Amino acid sequence: MNEQPKQFKWVGTRTIRPDGVDKVTGRAMYGADLTLPGMLQGKVVRSPHAHARIISIDTSAAEALTGVKAVVTAADMPEADSKLVAAGEAMINFRDLAHNVIARDKVLYDGHAVAAVAATTNDIAERAAALIKVKYEVLPHVIDVLEAMKDDAPVLHDNMFTGGVKPKPEKASNVANRVEFGMGDVEAGFAAADLIIERKFTTEPVHQAYIEPHAVVADMGQDGKVDVWCSSQGHFMVRSFCAGLLKIDMSKIKVSAAEIGGGFGGKTTVYLEPLAIMLSRKAGRPVRMAMSREEVFRGSGPTSGAAMTVKIGATKDGRITAGDATLYFQAGAFPGSPVGPACMTAFTPYNLDNVRVVGFDVVSNRQKVVAYRAPGAPISEYAVESIVDELASKLGIDPIDFRTKNAALEGTKAAYGVTFGAIGMQETLDAAKATEHYKIPLGPNQGRGVASGFWFNIGGESCAGIRINEDGTVALSEGSPDIGGSRASMAIMAAEVLGIDVNKVKPTVVDTDAIGYHFVTGGSRVTFATGMAVVDASKAVVDEMRARVAKVWEVDIEGVVWEDGHARPASTNVGDFDPMSLAEIAAIANKTGGPISGHADINAKGAGPAFGTHICDVEVDPETGFVTVLRYTAVQDVGRAIHPGYVEGQLQGGAAQGIGWALNEAYIYDKNGCVDNPGFLDYRVPVASDLPMIDAILVEVPNPTHPFGVRGVGEVPIIPPLAAVNNAVAAATGTRFTALPLSPPAILAGMAAKN
Amino acid sequence: MAKQHITTTINGEESEYLCEAQETLLDVLRDQVGLTGTKEGCSSGDCGACSVMLDGVLVCSCLVLGVEAEGKTVETIEGMADGDELHPLQQKFLEEAALQCGFCTPGVLVAAKALLDMNNNPTETEVRYWLAGNLCRCTGYDKIIRAVMDTAADMRGASA
Ligand code: FES
Ligand code: FES
Repeated sequence: MNEQPKQFKWVGTRTIRPDGVDKVTGRAMYGADLTLPGMLQGKVVRSPHAHARIISIDTSAAEALTGVKAVVTAADMPEADSKLVAAGEAMINFRDLAHNVIARDKVLYDGHAVAAVAATTNDIAERAAALIKVKYEVLPHVIDVLEAMKDDAPVLHDNMFTGGVKPKPEKASNVANRVEFGMGDVEAGFAAADLIIERKFTTEPVHQAYIEPHAVVADMGQDGKVDVWCSSQGHFMVRSFCAGLLKIDMSKIKVSAAEIGGGFGGKTTVYLEPLAIMLSRKAGRPVRMAMSREEVFRGSGPTSGAAMTVKIGATKDGRITAGDATLYFQAGAFPGSPVGPACMTAFTPYNLDNVRVVGFDVVSNRQKVVAYRAPGAPISEYAVESIVDELASKLGIDPIDFRTKNAALEGTKAAYGVTFGAIGMQETLDAAKATEHYKIPLGPNQGRGVASGFWFNIGGESCAGIRINEDGTVALSEGSPDIGGSRASMAIMAAEVLGIDVNKVKPTVVDTDAIGYHFVTGGSRVTFATGMAVVDASKAVVDEMRARVAKVWEVDIEGVVWEDGHARPASTNVGDFDPMSLAEIAAIANKTGGPISGHADINAKGAGPAFGTHICDVEVDPETGFVTVLRYTAVQDVGRAIHPGYVEGQLQGGAAQGIGWALNEAYIYDKNGCVDNPGFLDYRVPVASDLPMIDAILVEVPNPTHPFGVRGVGEVPIIPPLAAVNNAVAAATGTRFTALPLSPPAILAGMAAKN
Repeated sequence: MAKQHITTTINGEESEYLCEAQETLLDVLRDQVGLTGTKEGCSSGDCGACSVMLDGVLVCSCLVLGVEAEGKTVETIEGMADGDELHPLQQKFLEEAALQCGFCTPGVLVAAKALLDMNNNPTETEVRYWLAGNLCRCTGYDKIIRAVMDTAADMRGASA
């Protein structure tokens, strides 16, 4: 049950984040900022081919270079077992993970790591990398998802047979898996429709493009113990992956979480970490590795591009009767695209009787995809929301009203099997409709688009420790890397429960030796799940303090209540005792039983699903096809905003990434299957002058399972922008576009085709 | 190749370092001088995370050689606060939650200060174009732009 909002003292306030001063003064230490005595610099040798067999690797010239201390290849890594493990929100095969970290027999994409070297300076490491001679037999490659599904396509893995189909295929193919979700009778639903729209859509792979490239320092001692310092979305994930890949006991690996310069899902797996440990083991010295930006684009995972067919039918009065979608998702070189969640989320903003979604997970010679903010959902919901908009417009119904007629509500059953509890889809529509933005008149060549979005949010394992210091200040330990201000939220929740000044609470993300296992920072789970652990641990401390005071007062613990940071007698019957503050209790802890602390180790259940609705105004230059975003509003049900400033920031940042996805961003490959734009000049993320202010409107429908009502917030905001922009462009140009990005040439071509 | 001996003033202090001819000022600051507040996001002049002031001019330190700083003054994020006293921009960024991961923040602050030192009454468009070379992937820029505008307003109020 939710705590009654009897007026929170800290929850909902805009405190200064505890790690803030370090971050505005340059003191905060990120992945590449640590230097250890004797530290070497590591570099990765990467494949220049999209698909090739490795014939031989000659490292002798590199090893002979003065200053080179270690060279490693796949031969230095034990062959991994084939088993599924959780990677971010997806499952991957452990052997694929190993082969992605360092190629074994074949390279499967441009940028695939084949060897690594450590030397005394960066310069020597680079020269040594150039001296490693890899002999390749170049193989035919395939990039496009539909091409990769053809019968005569080059097959990446000759032991891969499509899963999820019966009978099991006899021939290996690039289709890793087929999934299907649905309910009702889709054919009957379409038969009842007055209007049916069916279109094909495509999206391109886009990169998370965190500004901090992957970086790690690893140091293995003679006794086999390893210290790892790295920027990741889960130092426990790094520990477990490195231990598994290198067959080292987990107890021997300690991973410390550096400050992380953005991740968005892209840092929920390992790339450099196992290589750095292997190099350190060989060299007997600490090794730092940091990717260049080019390596980030070529060697780490973007999200999928996709080809999709979506068909939706509706009655004249605007009730959707059926939805049907087929999604083909690029997984990159190994299986594991987010096609599953894409299928599960596609139609979920709506209360529908008849739904069918079929998805295919398809490998091709591209970078292995990894989670990107609400993995899969922006892609499938882009297609669905574009058709929803077209239906509304053809039926002459306002797009928000059309969504209201179909919105998922409490009690709605989603196609993936869940029946919703308290949710705020309708509330976001109401709030969007009520904005000033929605009423502003538009000029020539301008258009307004609306789109909604849904994401599950997750819970998972989290822990927290609260220790009361002797002076009444509080040390809060947890293990979720803080990617966007979560320590501020943890301090707020602890202060709220303990009833003390938030500035007396110091939250720290501690290393893997210091606290229990945490699932990654992902799935919008941290403020929910780790927050729940913090609340539980704080409550445990409160109970312990009540017990201590009961001892002093010589009463039962029930006779002591905790209010406003003080122990008080529960009633006058208990006795006439002066309230004791937390600081007073701390000061006499040695006389009442020793240090005071509380812990919680949980697997949080009951994450609150979240919905958002965005409004986008654009102007399209008819001469150039250039799209300017004029206004943008993001509305979302956030459950309860613990720190509204950072919650708004999630909405604004997600919207900006979604706008980039819609308008500019795409991987471009040359005819050899190599990435043509592995840099920020040619892979253009939105810059400050590309965007307007982004109005963030927080709707609060509390999540009943969280003590303060928290829902995850980080992922939903990237879902609606793709369709909101697409729908706005359609309104401005009178043309429906079905491919992202909406680059100026694509817009001009689309407008010309119409005229 | 023999290293070059360079004498500069960094954040008001005379400093010396040895660097290879091809080393960038960014690498020198981070690896030789130990000032890791200046960040590397691309090394190609596209992200602005490495922004510093060189003789009063805003530059991408990844596009400047370490040897070019000879006889010049360099100002980095570490020199922005006055002892314990944060620069008004730093303070405003904290108050208005204008950072999430904070990785772009040093570069954004150095660049924003360069703007406000020149023009304490910039329009939103001027701020957006001035900061167009500083990529931020987390915030969508909204709170950054507001924090810079609000700091400028405070500075005008204080000097009025
Ligand atoms: S590191 Fe210099 S501009 Fe990106
Ligand atoms: S706050 Fe993360 S890049 Fe700007």
